[in-house]
Amino acid sequence: MNIDTFNSKQVDKGKKVNRVFVLLLILLTGVSVFTGIHDLEITHILRMNEIQHIVMYSTRIPRTVSLILSGGMLAVCGLLMQQLTQNRFISPATSGTMASARLGVVIAVIFYSHESVKYQTIVAFIFAVGGTACFMLFVRSVRNKKALMIPLVGIMFGNIISSVSTYLALQYEVVQQTSTWLQGNFSLISSSNYKLLYLSVPLFFCVCLFVHHFTIMGLGEVFAESLGVAYGLLETVGLIIVAIATSAVVLTVGSIPFVGIIIPNLVALKKGDHFASLVLPTALSGAVFLLAADILSRVLIYPYEIPISVIAGSVGSVVFLYLLIRKES
Amino acid sequence: MIDVHGLTKSYENKKVVNQVSLLIKKGTFTACIGPNGAGKSTLLEMLGRLVPYDEGHIYFEGDELRTVTRSTLATRLSVLKQSSQLSVGLTVRELVSFGRFPYTKGKLTPHCQAVINRSLAYLNMTDMQDRRLDTLSGGQFQRAMIAMVLSQDTDYILLDEPLNNLDMHHGVQMMQTLQNLVQDLGKTVVLVVHDINFAASYADRIIAMKDGYLFASGTTNEVITESVLSELYEMDLDIIEKDGVKYCFHYK
Repeated sequence: MNIDTFNSKQVDKGKKVNRVFVLLLILLTGVSVFTGIHDLEITHILRMNEIQHIVMYSTRIPRTVSLILSGGMLAVCGLLMQQLTQNRFISPATSGTMASARLGVVIAVIFYSHESVKYQTIVAFIFAVGGTACFMLFVRSVRNKKALMIPLVGIMFGNIISSVSTYLALQYEVVQQTSTWLQGNFSLISSSNYKLLYLSVPLFFCVCLFVHHFTIMGLGEVFAESLGVAYGLLETVGLIIVAIATSAVVLTVGSIPFVGIIIPNLVALKKGDHFASLVLPTALSGAVFLLAADILSRVLIYPYEIPISVIAGSVGSVVFLYLLIRKES
Repeated sequence: MIDVHGLTKSYENKKVVNQVSLLIKKGTFTACIGPNGAGKSTLLEMLGRLVPYDEGHIYFEGDELRTVTRSTLATRLSVLKQSSQLSVGLTVRELVSFGRFPYTKGKLTPHCQAVINRSLAYLNMTDMQDRRLDTLSGGQFQRAMIAMVLSQDTDYILLDEPLNNLDMHHGVQMMQTLQNLVQDLGKTVVLVVHDINFAASYADRIIAMKDGYLFASGTTNEVITESVLSELYEMDLDIIEKDGVKYCFHYK
């Protein structure tokens, strides 16, 4: 077969898939902005009264933007971790990263009152790096990288850290202030508290910057080293990207399970394992997934809300089981 | 030229490579033989800087190997280890294109595409370039890996048991391909191989390792002799010569 046609065909296919996701993203963004209790419909867009204006700019848009950013980032973080560990079932939620970030938040709240977002961010980030590094050291010591045991150990590790957080929160009576971070929730997002999520934009560019390095690292350390990739250094870069992104999501919306596992796996099922061509579709479909889950969480028991982690968790666990069974067979 | 002086490597107090000194000239085809656990693979890994050495020196084209930068080394020396089949959903072409990474860091120029096409053709993999790695047989996978190394386009190529998983036909083809690389393109190939007759038929020089020591090294004619091989493997064997090539009989 002619090589040129081969390449352009691949690219066309990739572009087509991305285009579908971009369209879905735009559609769901629209739906998300105009879903809610306050009377605000698309027909009002040109003649909004004062209250509608406030609702639009202080809650609806921030909520939608944070859904897109956190969905995209969580999915890309999962993909990156899977690439770096060569295990399909690793994500910020199954490696202790999220739990460690949460522990950091609890500790920051205990020591520096719950108003100081700056300290919470820094402490959460340090804990997330520490927890993930512990986990990565463990992964390095395991010979069979594909073992299902690895994510299971990660989940246990995360649960141990979570129980420490719960204990500390109870002990120091900060359960009230920290409960938001235990369950993902977008209903409290407003224009004043979602800006941390904009960190995901530069982080996404960082991933793109090293995208080819990460692609090669998916084949293992020996392979990467023999092609001149500084494996250890880039592993640290990846870890820091994941830790910052996860901390930002945990601080702003709380933990959302499964996005980091099911989205990258589903995209890879369709498109193969070439990391460089997976990043964009993974980010887009992560955002689409979270937008859809959030819209569901708002309309299912309207006018009340189900926390998004419940929706993401129930959909996610079914898909996760499917992926596990598929892998076993 | 790779010049090795007093190379030593220990794992848990056991010296797996012990005071090895040897010279690998440019443009030669060298086979490394020896019993299991002789330290062949470790020697190869040290030559390819996949593992650090404890004592001694390796001079790669005059420079101590430790001082060569990672990205320079990747454009001059490639190394392929025994690899269990990667079950990743990459196509053959995607894998082979990774060989261009040291030059362009992921971007594929027209020159890269040409090298990739040439490498695929060299290994008869052109028809299979769209196949996913996890659908290949062991032998096809092995050839895809070699094609990747080839697209890395380095002067020195180190291979750890490239004949694994290959049947007779593809084994011969692989050795001929490697011989062509040396004779036509002036590459320097070092490979670890278990089949002595493949080594004897194709290699210019042979390195024999035993218990971490360099047991013998020299031209193929010097090393493939009854006395050297029977002591190396601690068994009786016969050497016969046919059409100027020595063969070793060792099945009884």
